[in-house]
Amino acid sequence: MTKKILILLFILIPINVNALIEVDITRGNLNPLPLAVSPLSIDEESRKGFEKILKKENIGSEISNIVENNLRTSGLFNPLDKKAFLQAPDIANLKPRFEDWNLIKAQALITGKVNYVDDKLRVEFRLWDVLAAKEMMALAFTTVPNNWRRVGHIISDKVYERLTGEKGYFDTRIIYVSEEGPKTQRIKKLAIMDQDGANNKFLTLGNELVLTPRFNPASQMVTYLSYFKNMPRVYLLDIETGTQEVVGDFPGMTFAPRFSPDGKKIIMSFAKDGKSDIYTMDLENRIVEKITNHPSIDTSPSYSPDGKYITFNSDRSGYQQIYVMKNDGSDVKRISFGNGLYGTPVWSPRGDLIAFTKLHKGKFYIGVMRTDGSGERLLTENYYQEAPSWSPNGRVLIFYRETKTNSKGEGFSAKLWSIDLTGYNERQIKTPTDASDPSWSSLLSN
Amino acid sequence: MRLNKILKNTLLVLAACLVLSACATKKEVATDIQGQMQGDVYTGTDTVEYLADGVPDRVFFATNESILTTASRETLRAQAAWLRKNPNINVVLEGHADERGTREYNLALGERRANAAKDYLMTYGISSDRITVLSYGKERPVDSGSNPLAWSKNRRSVTVKAN
Repeated sequence: MTKKILILLFILIPINVNALIEVDITRGNLNPLPLAVSPLSIDEESRKGFEKILKKENIGSEISNIVENNLRTSGLFNPLDKKAFLQAPDIANLKPRFEDWNLIKAQALITGKVNYVDDKLRVEFRLWDVLAAKEMMALAFTTVPNNWRRVGHIISDKVYERLTGEKGYFDTRIIYVSEEGPKTQRIKKLAIMDQDGANNKFLTLGNELVLTPRFNPASQMVTYLSYFKNMPRVYLLDIETGTQEVVGDFPGMTFAPRFSPDGKKIIMSFAKDGKSDIYTMDLENRIVEKITNHPSIDTSPSYSPDGKYITFNSDRSGYQQIYVMKNDGSDVKRISFGNGLYGTPVWSPRGDLIAFTKLHKGKFYIGVMRTDGSGERLLTENYYQEAPSWSPNGRVLIFYRETKTNSKGEGFSAKLWSIDLTGYNERQIKTPTDASDPSWSSLLSN
Repeated sequence: MRLNKILKNTLLVLAACLVLSACATKKEVATDIQGQMQGDVYTGTDTVEYLADGVPDRVFFATNESILTTASRETLRAQAAWLRKNPNINVVLEGHADERGTREYNLALGERRANAAKDYLMTYGISSDRITVLSYGKERPVDSGSNPLAWSKNRRSVTVKAN
């Protein structure tokens, strides 16, 4: 056993001195990297201090639980059982006994310390490469104690970024529509939660139907559709202040809103006389521009991350298909040519792919294709699912799924799900009520 | 190897059973649907309410379509006659889609269906000032079933008194 470890060490150390462990996230998650998240150590005085304010017995363990959970749900890491850890958290943070961690097959180790300093939460953490017996990263944060969950998410993002070479997506929030009541008379409210389901909060009361909330990528603003006074209109909501306003002054239904990547415009559809066209409104000078002009239904618009192009779906060919055009509406090109109907195109924040919903032979698929329509890849098939939204790093899609009812029309539910771009790691995201129309925020700490 | 063969045979038998039972239920549904659907347009009266005697409140559509059928045009002519007789009544045309489409497209489709009804009422002399169009997309089904008959009832435009 020791011989084996020694040999491994011998081979690994000289090859990789700077770039140590690396996780390839472009492939599936068949071999998640085993790593140990040692509970953040905490001295007794700090422990008591936080217990008083946060009502958490050991905030150090709570924060490391968040890190562990985030890394596990990413599907790329396999956090090992804490019971197998041989070294005490405080000593591990000073100087890990790498042999011990190697023995339980951990390839990476996260240690840290929490202090209560001047009513503030001070957290330091270190990431270690166990095989190379090296520190990979060390960081410290000071913040208000109430931010403890975000500290866990930020640590997760830093670890993810150091080990995969790509930005994380843990310090983010999801806005969605909470659903309750019978299928024929659903009560819908806007709700927001942390990416891991914590801190769920309702933003509207359910007095009117609300649909399709979307984050502004540049701020904490949201745009959504509300049936306030029985007039379906696009609204703008500031989730910090709670102020809302109607977007534009259209004589009819506006819907399918999204922000431009710089957050300065809203793009949406306006329906009149049986035709739906795409419009933009500049939020500063309120200038409205008509982008498409066609007797068909043009809707679900989404900008490319550089703002130069727009993808949308249209039935101008006779059936719902996906198109790409320049941001002024010129140069419209159909990009979906597979069998079935294609809708809800959403441009990846990385710019290279468009995620979509496909309906074919009575099944709904979430898939991705290149921006010229080539390379179509279906990630998941179900009775009903739609409305993908990208994680800010473009690696994960969140969407919603509805169940088929039985012969009596019972058994309906709507839930949020996520899946990796690789087609692996499909999981349900728990919400207090039924849920639909998820939208992923940008990284909050950026 | 032999086990494999046995397994395969069992699977084949199972598959055959499944096909047979699927056929059986399909036939049942077909007879059940008969008289209630033509093509995939609902022709029954289960969900229909009446604005006045002999004036049904709704018309139905084929999947992804907004074309008015002969029966729909008859219903709308009755509505137009009733509206002409009652010049003080205004209406909202509520357009709906079934659950087998994406939410945003369905909102547009509901609007298109309600407008098809509105256009027809206007050709029979009803002023557009008296008509408001409101699309609910797939948000307000009348039948919560997940089957072709339920979907056909949900693809509709309903004329509702506004005052």
